[in-house]
Amino acid sequence: MNPAIQGREFPPVAPYLVGREKVREFARAVLATSPLHSDPEAARAAGYADVVAPPTFAVVIQEATLAQLLAEPDTGIDFTRVVHGDQRFTFGRPIVAGDELTATLRVASVKSLGAHSMVTAETTVTDPDGAHVVTAISTLVVRGDE
Amino acid sequence: MTQQQAGLDIETLQTGDVVVEREYALTRDTLVRYAGASGDFNPIHYRDDVAASVGLPGVLAHGMLTMGLAVQPVVDVVGDPGRVTDYQVRFTRPVVVDPQDGVTVSVSAKVGALLPEELAVRLDLTVTAGGTTVLGKAQVRVYIG
Repeated sequence: MNPAIQGREFPPVAPYLVGREKVREFARAVLATSPLHSDPEAARAAGYADVVAPPTFAVVIQEATLAQLLAEPDTGIDFTRVVHGDQRFTFGRPIVAGDELTATLRVASVKSLGAHSMVTAETTVTDPDGAHVVTAISTLVVRGDE
Repeated sequence: MTQQQAGLDIETLQTGDVVVEREYALTRDTLVRYAGASGDFNPIHYRDDVAASVGLPGVLAHGMLTMGLAVQPVVDVVGDPGRVTDYQVRFTRPVVVDPQDGVTVSVSAKVGALLPEELAVRLDLTVTAGGTTVLGKAQVRVYIG
């Protein structure tokens, strides 16, 4: 892996508009049952503008930024050998339907551990006012020759 | 911020308390549904031949599906997904999903730390599939004020 990519920041990806039906679809897919994911009235009664996304829905928005990293020509990463090591989401507030979110990826760290190497990608997601919504951090492990 | 009561009381909780346990039956259908909803169409999550060709013991659940469902019992206890302020996991073992029998994923959440200054609690998840622990350092921080 190319250690010089540590610290590299990518341009923001095109804004993602969070749809109510997408939130419902994703909630079903992760076996979520809270009515706040599906019922706008229940969500409004709880103080939200519309249905609330499950916590890991943020990965859908993060994905486009990881695609940028994968497409970068000089990373030196063999993506056929990549496994997902760690994942973290740190929320400023939950994602709700109607949000228009902008995601920006930064390569937080690059490390080697024996034959393996690890890249930690930190994606910051903000709303149109620039307020922090969620930070999604993925560590990808690139398996070396064994 | 949420206007509903959290189902946990920081005055009575103690470190080590198990707050919720649940089992989920996953099948290949579950994986296909997650692939569509998430956009992760890696064929190791639905094709036996591809999984075998890269040396896997079988078709695997998406790690993000396991992470996604493992937090749901906590969401149900606190009553509002917006109370989850931080959630992290380490993917330590694959979840193999048998084409006929599927697999059962078990989740247990216990109090890892009380954070009274933040009106929050850290819940530590134990997540197993077929009796094997599949996530490490699975921690959820929830606001319970």
